[in-house]
Amino acid sequence: MRNRFFIRVTLAAITACLALAVALVNAQAPAYRAPRAPDGKPNLSGIWQAINTANYDIEPHSAAPSPVLELGASGAIPAGLGVVEGGALPYRPEALTKRNENRANRLKLDPEVKCYLPGVPRAVYQSFPFQIIQSQKHIMMIHEYAGAVRTVYMADQVEAPADSWMGWSNGRWEGETLVVDTKGFNDLSWFDRSGNFHSDALHVVERFTARSADTLNYEATIEDPKVFTRPFKITMPLYRRVEPNAQILEFRCVEFVEDLLYGHLRKQPSQ
Amino acid sequence: MIARLIGTLVIAGIASIAVSAQAPAYKTPRTPDGQPDLQGFWSNATYTPLERPDNVTKEFYTPEEALAAEKAAAARENAQTDPGTVADVHYDFTQFGLDRSQATLARSRRTSLIVDPKNGKLPPITEEGKKILAARAEEAKKLGGRWDSAQSNQLDDRCIIMAGPGPPMMDAAYNSNYQIVQAPGYVMILTEMIHDVRVIPLDPSTFREPQGRPEQGRGTTGSGSPRAESRSDGRLNAPTQVRQWMGVSRGRWEGDTLVIETTNFNGKNPFRGSTENMKVVERLRRVSEDVIEYNFTVEDKSMWERPWSAEALMRKTNGPLFEHACHEGNYGLYNTLVGARLEEKHAAEAPTKKDSK
Repeated sequence: MRNRFFIRVTLAAITACLALAVALVNAQAPAYRAPRAPDGKPNLSGIWQAINTANYDIEPHSAAPSPVLELGASGAIPAGLGVVEGGALPYRPEALTKRNENRANRLKLDPEVKCYLPGVPRAVYQSFPFQIIQSQKHIMMIHEYAGAVRTVYMADQVEAPADSWMGWSNGRWEGETLVVDTKGFNDLSWFDRSGNFHSDALHVVERFTARSADTLNYEATIEDPKVFTRPFKITMPLYRRVEPNAQILEFRCVEFVEDLLYGHLRKQPSQ
Repeated sequence: MIARLIGTLVIAGIASIAVSAQAPAYKTPRTPDGQPDLQGFWSNATYTPLERPDNVTKEFYTPEEALAAEKAAAARENAQTDPGTVADVHYDFTQFGLDRSQATLARSRRTSLIVDPKNGKLPPITEEGKKILAARAEEAKKLGGRWDSAQSNQLDDRCIIMAGPGPPMMDAAYNSNYQIVQAPGYVMILTEMIHDVRVIPLDPSTFREPQGRPEQGRGTTGSGSPRAESRSDGRLNAPTQVRQWMGVSRGRWEGDTLVIETTNFNGKNPFRGSTENMKVVERLRRVSEDVIEYNFTVEDKSMWERPWSAEALMRKTNGPLFEHACHEGNYGLYNTLVGARLEEKHAAEAPTKKDSK
């Protein structure tokens, strides 16, 4: 009798352990295995897009009115739960002050308003699609916004020759995951429209992993000791544009911002 | 001495290109998915003009004549500033690579890139074309002088588009460099200048090499204009309302030749006068490890009485390409506008000062 009770308890414990183990495995190991590219690597080629409000603010935020009166509800800011692990960004105190100034002067200071190159990781979650063209030596990431482009060097890797907007990306495969290590940034791009920013010490390590035929897991570990007290991680899914005619179209915004940037320098008709 | 040695090498180089282009022995390598492999870094920098100079009547120079023509063209570029002046130091075209003297030259002995019409010149302009050109000139006048506004300036000074990406892809005064990357179903061509990217979807029915279909009707370096036939794939057609600076491109493989058809231009960057109705058919074929033959046909019934064709080369060059962020650092446009307004202000104030004296 005692023995049977013991067995029953043991069985229950084993079952519970198994269930827990299964749950852990499900949570951690990506069960999905991507189709292979011709060279046997996971095939991440395709046109991808984020569906979230990270470009407004990578931190959690409520809905807010449009910063431009005339745009009314059409220009208002949708709420978002944020993409930063742990919620808030670990700013150094003086950097937080600068972020708040950026935010207050967003229309004047946001590089996106001026059609400047978006930097990394912002290019990935702007509300525009981007295309991965995956070859063996080079993997190209081609963004619709401003025709921004990144070459990920899988071979012939060198250090960044100089600072740039999109940085210098070296990549490698870790099993099912494409790992992209990017340095050599200038200090001019932002993370979002809310003034979240970085310095030229920015170092981004991104991980692209297929999670189903039409979705990727995207995570980026961001390190910038001049601005943040510790590295932090952002995560989000990316969705394949599955329309049969999906393609990257031109969004050459330079032309769209000339009056904004140079309008005050236009020759005035003589009085 | 060194100059003479270089001269000899250049002549040898020009001669060898002509030879290699005619020898069919080269077997184009394949990508893992079986496409002819055009990947790598390429330059189409050349001193060969699109149209044949008025005083030249033949199609090809001798190697010696080609070298002389190149030297004369290089001297003309170098002469943009006077030696020893401040401007010469500030805008030393040679030193900063703002000319072709440091470029990987895609040399040929052609006297013009245009091969059809046979006279190496653009065909006559239609009556409609003349009206369009006149209307454009009127529009330009309305914009005022070059420094009156950003919009009255040149497209390249505004960092909107330069000569490189085309199509057709043309030698841009400097940095005429390209990177080609291929993946199943796509060919991507990155132009160094303003990081312009062409993503060219391929007709899926041509992914695999056609079996036993001989290549017909195309020359090597000499005769035969590229065919401008259209093989439309309904799935790949773009709506006519979508108009782009670089148009909308569709590609297909014909044997080892990549054929790209482009339409849907916005007409705001006329190529030698072209309109939004231009259709460009480009043909890229790798003829040796280091050379891609690049032929194109331009058809625009609104501008020219007939289609015309050109043959250029792309030569392997050293990568990688660095980010060319043009607009982000466009102090040139800003400063010239500021300067022009300041001059106007000074001019307006000058007579007042005189009067007050």
